[in-house]
Amino acid sequence: MPQTNATPDPAVSLERVTVAFGAGAARYVAVADADLAVGTSEFVAIVGPTGCGKSTLLNVVAGLLKPAGGSARVQGAEVSGVMAPCGYLFQQDALMPWKTARDNVAVALEPKGVARAEALARAQGWLAKVGLALFGDRYPHQLSGGQRKRVALAQMLIRDPQILLMDEPFGPLDAQTRALMGDLLLDLWSADRKAVLFVTHDLEEAIALADRVVVMSAGPAARIVAEHAIDLPRPREINEIRLDPKFHTIQRAIWNDLREEVLKTYQAQAGGAA
Amino acid sequence: MNRSTLLAWQVGVAVALLAIWHVGSSVPIFGFYFMPKFFFSTPADVLGRVWKMFVTGVVWRHLWITLTETALAFVIGSVAGAGIGFWFARKPKLAAIFDPFLKAANSLPRVVLAPIFMLWFGLGVWSKVALGVTLVFFIVFFNVYQGLRETSPVVLANARMLGMNDRQLMRHVYWPSTLTWVFSSLHASVGFALVGAVVGEYLGAAAGLGYLIHEAEGVFDVTGVFAGMIVLALFVIAIDWAVTSIENRLLVWRPQPHQQS
Repeated sequence: MPQTNATPDPAVSLERVTVAFGAGAARYVAVADADLAVGTSEFVAIVGPTGCGKSTLLNVVAGLLKPAGGSARVQGAEVSGVMAPCGYLFQQDALMPWKTARDNVAVALEPKGVARAEALARAQGWLAKVGLALFGDRYPHQLSGGQRKRVALAQMLIRDPQILLMDEPFGPLDAQTRALMGDLLLDLWSADRKAVLFVTHDLEEAIALADRVVVMSAGPAARIVAEHAIDLPRPREINEIRLDPKFHTIQRAIWNDLREEVLKTYQAQAGGAA
Repeated sequence: MNRSTLLAWQVGVAVALLAIWHVGSSVPIFGFYFMPKFFFSTPADVLGRVWKMFVTGVVWRHLWITLTETALAFVIGSVAGAGIGFWFARKPKLAAIFDPFLKAANSLPRVVLAPIFMLWFGLGVWSKVALGVTLVFFIVFFNVYQGLRETSPVVLANARMLGMNDRQLMRHVYWPSTLTWVFSSLHASVGFALVGAVVGEYLGAAAGLGYLIHEAEGVFDVTGVFAGMIVLALFVIAIDWAVTSIENRLLVWRPQPHQQS
């Protein structure tokens, strides 16, 4: 269900955003003239070939990267530095290895000035929500990859961010764990429907989760080439929705756009290697 | 190999070595001692001397002095190394300016500094501490400096995204990761603090284990030298054991590289 209410400020809006690295002859344009808007309770997935700049675009929204041109806005305000309303889920392990799961979640409340005792209690609540109520005293290395992602999810959500930025968060996990994590994410998201910008290279994952799938072209100078609304009913269950005939129709339509870009990337890499 | 077989083998090796030493020094073979008493003493004499040192209590004062020097060198060297390592890691320009000087200072064999330290600080505890500090400082400094520059950028970016300010980043990311690197150099730095203390004592002192060994050597008292070495070895093993147990407590969060049985 794409958001169609009349608020003037979408959660995220990108206008002709260009991202470049280096200068002079070595200048590499990663993303060129990207336009994108995410509604206040919309789940948008970005798919594209490997290395096309999907994560770069996400980092611009997060304020971790400054665009070379164009404007990026979060809730109507120009992005400058890290933006308070954003939560970010990284692809890699981002938990503090020297803190237990509970401390990792609780510490997210410290910048908000929540007292430690209360933060710990709320952290325990969030650990329960992600199915790790009994794992609060474990250190990250004592948890599996999927469990660490659950802790990271709790750490992000406990701050109640209005915009969730996710950079291939379930990429390193095995297929079954990914589906479970996807279900968990949808479950938590459906409670209050925050705006989500979800980057993935997995088209099936994108369709199963999102309201709208945005296709990026092959880099360099990647741009947004297509958008597809996903009008599958919610609530969804990932392993079920995959079998829906409508799912396949959508998948085929998006793949038509994506295939060309993936081939371009592949040929560029093969050409570079030859 | 199970635990008791292993222990049996270890005891066996110890007994064999002592037996060779005993036979070589006390039993003439074809009328010839192949480990003459004058150069090698005998295991019984050495153990008797160690026993006497503890029973009469002479050794305690020396142990205490060496321990004090080691502890002071370790603490001062670690704090200075960690502090400056931390500072340089945050200020790359400063690090670039001082880089050649640090490398030059570190390339110097520290023993040559001992006479100067004696001149500066006298024959007491502080000249040994100074020598130990010059050894410990660089180990901790390089560890912390390198370690902090390799702090996971993802952990850092994530902490920023959680809205942490500089003070909070310091407390939750930089500080714990500095401590990690200090602790990971703990064994090496405690070892070097001890080396500094003993070498310093050996070169000129009025007390300490190094002094004890040097004194015995001065009068060709080989039994005394071996006894001093055994006490020193026991001392190092005790310190190492203490360091390991501290380390295990402080680094519980770190994955074990190998599973202990």
